Amino acid sequence: MENLLNIFVRSIFIDNMIFAYFLGMCSYLAVSKTVKTSFGLGIAVVFVLLITVPVNYLLDNYVLKAGALQWLLGNEAADIDLSFLSFIMFIAIIAAIVQLVEMIVEKFAPALYNQLGIFLPLIAVNCAIMGASLFMQQRDYASVWEATTFGLGSGIGWMLAIVCIAAIREKLKYSDIPAPLRGIGITFIVTGLMAISFMSFLGIDLGKLKPQAPRTETAAQPVSGTVQANADFETVNQ
Amino acid sequence: MSALFKGKNGEFLLGPLSKNNPVIIQVLGICSALAVTAKLEPAIVMGLSVTAVTAFSNVILSLLRNTIPTRIRIIVQLVVVAALVIIVDQILKAYAYEVSKQLSVYVGLIITNCIIMGRIEAFALANKPWPSLLDGIGNGIGYGMILVIVAFFRELLGSGSLFGCRVIPDSWYIANGGCYSNNGLLIMPAMALILVGLIIWVHRSKNKDLIEK
Repeated sequence: MENLLNIFVRSIFIDNMIFAYFLGMCSYLAVSKTVKTSFGLGIAVVFVLLITVPVNYLLDNYVLKAGALQWLLGNEAADIDLSFLSFIMFIAIIAAIVQLVEMIVEKFAPALYNQLGIFLPLIAVNCAIMGASLFMQQRDYASVWEATTFGLGSGIGWMLAIVCIAAIREKLKYSDIPAPLRGIGITFIVTGLMAISFMSFLGIDLGKLKPQAPRTETAAQPVSGTVQANADFETVNQ
Repeated sequence: MSALFKGKNGEFLLGPLSKNNPVIIQVLGICSALAVTAKLEPAIVMGLSVTAVTAFSNVILSLLRNTIPTRIRIIVQLVVVAALVIIVDQILKAYAYEVSKQLSVYVGLIITNCIIMGRIEAFALANKPWPSLLDGIGNGIGYGMILVIVAFFRELLGSGSLFGCRVIPDSWYIANGGCYSNNGLLIMPAMALILVGLIIWVHRSKNKDLIEK
C-alpha cells in the first residue's frame, strides 16, 4: 500500500509528465488559453491514461515480453521475444481505446461528450499517453495495480500542470510583455519557471518514511565492517 | 535537376528552417525536442532520426493519399509512422547502442511527435510525393537545428564540454584554483524550456512580422 502511495505521489509531483519529461507539450501549449477547456482536456487525459496504461501493461507482460507467451503455448514459447513490436502494438491499443472511450462517452454521458468532443480524437496522438505506456514498460512495474496507479498519477499531474498554466495565461493577457515574447515565448519561460518550482519536490521519497529498521541496519554495517577489518588486521599480524 | 528545386519546391525545403520553423513557429514536437538536449550527441541523433521518419512517412502517405478513406486516416498514418520508427529504433540499437540508451523512451515517442502527424495532415495528404519529401526533410532539419542550438548551450554551460570533449580548461575550475563552476541548473529540464523561450525572443525580434498580437 505504501508502495502504491509512493508511486502515486511520485508520478504527480516528482516525475511530472510536463515538468520533468516534457510529454504532451503540444496540446499543453495549444489548448491552455482558458482554464475551462484545459480542465476538460485534463479530465480526458486522466481518463484515457487510467485505461490505456493497465491494458498495455497486460499486453506487454502476457504477449510481448521475452517468454511471455509461455502461459499460452507452453515451454516452446520460452524464446519468443516480441518486444520489438511494442511501439506499434501500444499505439494501436491507444488509438482503439480512444475510439472506444469516445463512443462510450457519447452514448452514456452526452453532456461530457459535448465538453470533450473535440479533444478526444486528438488524445491518440498526445505524447503523454504513449509516453506513460513506454515508461511503464521501462520501469517494469511489479503488478497491474502499480501500473494503474502510475497511469492515474501521471494523468493527474498532467492535468494539474495544464490547469495551472491556463490560469497564469489568463492573467498574462493583462501584462505588459516585450512584443517578441508575447504568446508562445512567454508561455515557455513561465513553464520553465514552474518546472524549477516543481524541482523542490525532488527529495520526496515516501518509501523511506515508514520502515525504521533499515537505518539501524546501515548503522550497524560499519561496526561489523570495522570488526571484520580488525579481524583481518589480527590475522595479518599473526 | 535544378528544375526540381525551383520556385515553390525550394521554399518547401528552406522555409521550415526559419520563417516556418516547426518548433519555434508552428510549436510542434516540443516533447522530444527538449528532453534529449542535455548533450549534443543525442540531440543530433534525434534530429537525424526525426528527419528520416518525417521524410519517409511524408512520401509514403503522399503516395497513398488517394486510397485512404478519410475516416480511418489517423490509424493508417499511425501504423506507417510506427513501422518507420521501429526500423529507426532497431538501427539505432544495432549501430549506436549507447546513444539509443540515452534517448530511452524518446525514440518510441517519435511516433506521437506532432511534427510528423502535423506535416502528414497539413502537407503530404494534399501534395505530390516529391514536394512532400522536400517538406519532410526541411521540417526535420528545422527541428534538428533548434535541438542542436539548445543542446550546444546546455552542454557548454552545463557540463563545460562539447560532444563529450572538455572545452573549458581544467585550470579554470574552483577545484583547481580557478573561479569557474559549471551551472548545474542547465542540465535540469527546466532550463531547456527557458532557452527555447529565449530563442523565440531573439528570432521574433529579428522577424518583426512574426510577433503575435
